[in-house]
Formats: sequence, C-alpha cells, structure tokens
Amino acid sequence: MSAVGIIFSNLFDNNLPELTKSRALASVPFACRYRLIDFSLSNMVNSGIDNVYVVTHQNYESLMRHIGSGKDWDLARRSGGVKLLPPLMTAFAYQGSVSYNTRLESLKNITHTIDRLTEDYVVLSDCDSICNLNLTEMIEQHEKTGADVTIACKNMNITPDKAAAAVVVSYDEIGRVNDVIIRPEEVGNANVSIHILVINRRYLQSILHDAISHNLNNLYLDILAKNAGSAKIFAYEYDGFYSNIVNLTDYYNCSMSLLGDSEERNSLFNVRHRPVLTKVHNTPPTKYGADSKVVNSLIADGCVIDGTVENSLIFRGVKIGKGTTVRNSIVFKDTYLGENVTLECVITDKAVVIRDGVKLCGHETQPFFIEKGKMI
Amino acid sequence: MFSKKECVAMLLAGGQGSRLYALTEKDAKPAVSFGGKYRIIDFPLSNCVNSGIDTVGVLTQYQPLTLNEYIGNGQPWDLDRMSGGVTVLPPYQAKDGADWYKGTANAIYQNLNFINRYSPDYVVVLSGDHIYKMDYSRMLDYHKANNADCTIAVIDVPLSEASRFGIMYADKENRIYEFAEKPANPKSTMASMGIYIFNKNMLEQYLINDAKDPASSNDFGKNIIPTMLNDGARMFAYPFEGYWKDVGTVNSLWEANMDLLGSEPTFDLYDKNWRIFSRNHAYQAQYIGSDAIVENSLVTEGSEIHGTVINSILSGGVYVAPGAVVKDAVLMDGVRILSGAHVTNAIIDGGTVVGIGAVVGAEAAEDGTRKVVVIGNGVTVEPGTCVEAGAIVSANNQ
Repeated sequence: MSAVGIIFSNLFDNNLPELTKSRALASVPFACRYRLIDFSLSNMVNSGIDNVYVVTHQNYESLMRHIGSGKDWDLARRSGGVKLLPPLMTAFAYQGSVSYNTRLESLKNITHTIDRLTEDYVVLSDCDSICNLNLTEMIEQHEKTGADVTIACKNMNITPDKAAAAVVVSYDEIGRVNDVIIRPEEVGNANVSIHILVINRRYLQSILHDAISHNLNNLYLDILAKNAGSAKIFAYEYDGFYSNIVNLTDYYNCSMSLLGDSEERNSLFNVRHRPVLTKVHNTPPTKYGADSKVVNSLIADGCVIDGTVENSLIFRGVKIGKGTTVRNSIVFKDTYLGENVTLECVITDKAVVIRDGVKLCGHETQPFFIEKGKMI
Repeated sequence: MFSKKECVAMLLAGGQGSRLYALTEKDAKPAVSFGGKYRIIDFPLSNCVNSGIDTVGVLTQYQPLTLNEYIGNGQPWDLDRMSGGVTVLPPYQAKDGADWYKGTANAIYQNLNFINRYSPDYVVVLSGDHIYKMDYSRMLDYHKANNADCTIAVIDVPLSEASRFGIMYADKENRIYEFAEKPANPKSTMASMGIYIFNKNMLEQYLINDAKDPASSNDFGKNIIPTMLNDGARMFAYPFEGYWKDVGTVNSLWEANMDLLGSEPTFDLYDKNWRIFSRNHAYQAQYIGSDAIVENSLVTEGSEIHGTVINSILSGGVYVAPGAVVKDAVLMDGVRILSGAHVTNAIIDGGTVVGIGAVVGAEAAEDGTRKVVVIGNGVTVEPGTCVEAGAIVSANNQ
C-alpha cells in the first residue's frame, strides 16, 4: 500500500471567527499544547503516510510557523514530507477570486498537484477532525472491499447546532454506502462522516476532471451521493474520540469533555503506538507554588501557578498569580493573570494580560472570549 | 571541506558517576535525568548553543547507549548543522592499537583529528556533570583580553570544602601561579569548575607530549595544567558567580533538584534569555485530578496526579494514584506510584512501580539529616513492602 495525505486547513475558518482572526482553523490551539491539525498529521504519520499536502487558502502564517520543516512529525523528508499548498497566483493573473469554499473546490485548485501523484490511495482529512484513527486499518479495509472510496464514520448523537455541518452516511450490513445526506433534517443518533476519506488515486483524478468539466462543487453531494449506486463506496466504522468544531461554544464544550476521569481523553491521547505529535517548545516543567490549588484540570508545561485552577485547560507558559481563581475556563499560551483575578467560563487567546483584581465571567453556553494580546 | 570555527567545545561525557549507584548502573552520569525535563548534559550543551558555540564533540565511554540516543543528531539543541553541530566521539580502534580513553586529557588527545578539521583558534573543554548556566563567550573574551594560553573557570567555595576540589592560587590579575588538586590544607577558596579554554595550538602540543609520557595519568588536573604552569604559560582564573552544582552524589543530585523549587528558586529554569533545551516527548498535557493536592512542585507533561505531591520534581508520564503521597522526592520518567503508597526523600529512576501501600523512605531526622533513597531503573517495589531511608535498590540487588 502507498498513500498520500491531503489536509484542508481553511475550509471552516468562519465557524470560529474569534479564534481564526489571526490564524487558519488548522492552527487553532487545542488541548493545552496542540493545534487542530496535529490530529490529522499524527493520524497519517502513525500509519506510515509520510507524504502530506496541506491545502491553504488564507491566513496561514501561524500554520507555517507551526509546521515549520515538519520535523516534529518526522515529516522533514528529502522525498515526501509535509508541504503547504498555497493558492496559485501568478504575476499575470490574480487568482484570488478562485473559490476555496468546499473540499471539492479546494481539490480542483490543486489538480496540478494531484495529477502528479503516483501513490495508490489518497487520504483526505479535515483539519478539525479531532480523533485518533488507525488509517492503516482503514486502508486495509478499503483494499479488502475493493472500494473506490471509504468514508470513516462514527455513530453519534447529532445535536441541533452540529446538524448544519453533519453528513449522514447510510450503509448496508456489509458497509456499502447507499446514500449520503448533508444537513440532515432530523437530529439524533446517526452514522456521520468524520470527514476522513480514503480514495483510490485514479478515481480521485477522474472525478476531479469530471468536476471541473461539469462545474461540480460539493464532494459529498455531487460526487458521493450521486455515485453511491455506481461507484463502490464503503463506510469504515470508528468508535474512539471524535469531534469537529462548529462554533466557539462547541470548541469550549469539546475542550471541557477532555477533563474528568475521561475515557474520551484516553481514547484520543493514550492509544498505544499512536501518540499525538506536536511542535516541541522546550518549556520547563510547570511549577506549582506552595499556595496553589489545582483540581480536575489539564495543564501544559512552562506554567507558574500560585492561584487556584478548577475544571480548566491551561496552555503553555501561563502565569497565574496569588489569590487568582480560574474556573471552567480555557487559558491560552503565555497568558498572564495577575493577583486576585477571577475567571469563570472565559477563553483567553494567546498572550492576554489580565491585571490584578479583575473579575470576568461568561456562561458555559456562551463563554466570554478575550482576543490575542489584549490587556484587561 | 570543513569551514573554520573560532572555537570548538569538547564535552567529557564518558564518566560513570559511580556515587550515583543505581542511577548510573546502565547510563553514564551525563544522561541522568534532572529537573523533570532534562538530563545533566542538557546544561553544558545548552550553554554552548546559547554562547554561540555550534561545534561540540561529546566524548563518550561508559554505558553510552542512552546518551547516544538522547543526543541523536543534536536537533533539540539546534546542533543539527551542515557545518559543525554535535558529534559523538566514542573510543575507537586505530592502526597501532585500540585504547579506551585513559584520562580526560587522553580523551581529547585521541580526538585531535576531530578538532583539527575545523582549524579552531580555541578549544573549550567541558565536563558533563554539573548543573549551571554560563556564557562561555564571555569567558572567551576574557581569555583573549588577557592574551592567555589557558583560562580556567573558578568558583568561590567555602574553605572547609576546598579540599574536595582542584584549587587555584592566583595574583591580583587572576593570573594563576599555583595549582593543587584536592589539597589537604587549602589556603585558597578558588575552585576549578572543570571548564577550560585553551589556545588550540598550545593544547595540541601539550597533549602530544603528555601522550608520550608513560608515567602520566593523562589527566587535565593532574598533568596538563601543572605542566603548563611549570613551563610558565599564561594561565588565568575566570571567576564565575552564579549557581554551579556538582551532581555527582545522591545527596547533591537531590539537593540540586530541590533548588528548582520555591517562588524564588536558587536555580531558575524559567529565564527566557538563557533557555535550557532538551529532547521532549510527545506527551499530552498533565492532568491534575479532582482530589489531587499539588504543592511547591515541578510537574511535567504526560503526568497524571490523583494523590498528594509536595516539594517534589516529577518527570514526564508519572502517575500518582489516589491516596498516594509523594513528598520531597524526585520521580523520573514514567514512574507509577500506586494507591496508598508513601514516597519520602527519594530519587526514583524511570519506569519504576511503587506498589499499593508500599512505603519508600522516611522524613528527615530532627537534626535535619536526610537519608535519600535511590531506586534504580525498572524496579518494582512490591505492594505493602517498606524501603528503608537511605537504601539503594536496583534491579540487580532487589
């Protein structure tokens, strides 16, 4: 088997305008020390896929910094490795008007790259498919069934706010897909796509040229739903942790679900031989002061904690002063909280400074967001 | 073709560190874990990089596997270079025989060909068993300003302890006129830190002559430095002020770890202007459970704490079960303390499991004497058993 990975980094930036103001969705920080793209990248690397393309469209500076040469994922390779694919613009024609709104549109824009691929299979992944999925197993199933396309699916409850982004996949007892429904009307339990697909490279090349000829723009609707009868499309069942991010509250809930004596957390991070890799920062360990009190929280390295932290996620290099209480909150990298600060249901972006005595409070259904670098 | 380097560092990392007992049974001393995320060798390596020295030879001999793996291509220290970078230099077989490194000077002598590839003007000789932050470039400036042949970094030690060190006697300009290795009755408190800068050509000459002398023990402190002094070489002492700790014994290693704690620690790892680099693992963030108590401690990624941790240093992937108590202890990578176990005044090496209800070590005595337990790599302390204060447990003597 030989496979190449393609990750979409920008498709759903507007789900999360607060956090994507200064970055692509792919580089949105998550779970104290990761960026969303780490999960897709790690899934690929852990399954031996060492040739990965990241399709970018805009606002990808922070993503470039994060990925760097790719060495943190062992993807700094002489042949293969990780490559960013920025939009094609020439001096003669500004292609800024090229549309990158859907997966298929993005793929059409990189046809020149896809046409050159020689691997047997292409793995497509959204950057916010937060999961720890064994792609080796998925590709093995793909080979065994002789499928053209295999869609990774998880049986889960679709909440109304997630329905707009959900794709329901219906399949028979052998896993053959007979219908694909986007924006399902009914919410509840269903098999939904987790937006990781294995496609035969030749099949992808042919559907792309067809999509260009017929101006097709939606992978699920125009290709998979339409061809469910003629092409061999199979579902691959996955049952570990999965979440995508549809808005800020969803981001908040997804982060909070990692706390507690969480099986969820273990199925994402503690899978044997499948570590989630990320850029290493060389921060020192976290220092807990003599008066610190920390309860049910995930904490990255490099922090200095002298206050109280409850049910929260604290990213790298955060300073929490004496008498300060952080509750049900998410505090991004290098945030400085002075003394006697109170945060409740707050998300602070990177390098926020909150001065002594300030009290800020949101609600779990509407966390209070503080943008990058702000001083309060 | 190798580009010229002004200064090449040679890091002596072949020592066993036998006074660390179980901790160095399978690893050389420079590979011993320190401060949660580090190994001792990270300090001289980071100092080199922060001082602008990008060509470092690491001389290994005793149990080099972990050290070789750890250094790898040098990437964590930014020493994976096309020109220079870090090179591991083990003893080797030559046309006229094979030799172990017989002494510190002999180790450098056997690698003169490495040094000469870069045609350096200066050679810095370092040892891999101290915890400190030092800007070698300032020492080099001092060396040049004095037009010295050799500069030795010195630190002021209490007179009562001076007999454990190589002691310098120097004039007002810090020019050294006498040197005594571990003198019985020291009259100076200027102790050698084992950090030397030599003019390369002179060092080469002295090493070659030293190698010809069968009576020599091929050691910098015992042979090279005294001979240079006798010959009237310009040798200067570079006084260093700051934290410097030899971590060659169980107690000093324990103390150096404890020096990292407190709101104003004796040794600060959080200085962004002088970062200490290390090889990091892909661990998730640390999780502190609902009933956990963590006070005055350093905890590293991948750890999961449900019990009580006080005045302790925890490396990555450590697990402390509900009801377990860890106090004044150093726990290295992946140690698991199971429920109800008590660990006090201990250094526990990686991969060790302390069983349910086991008791390891004891509180310090009322007069402050403290006996630190050492438990070696991969030991399992059986449930309900007791490990006495000051005991040394390794997989072999268990």
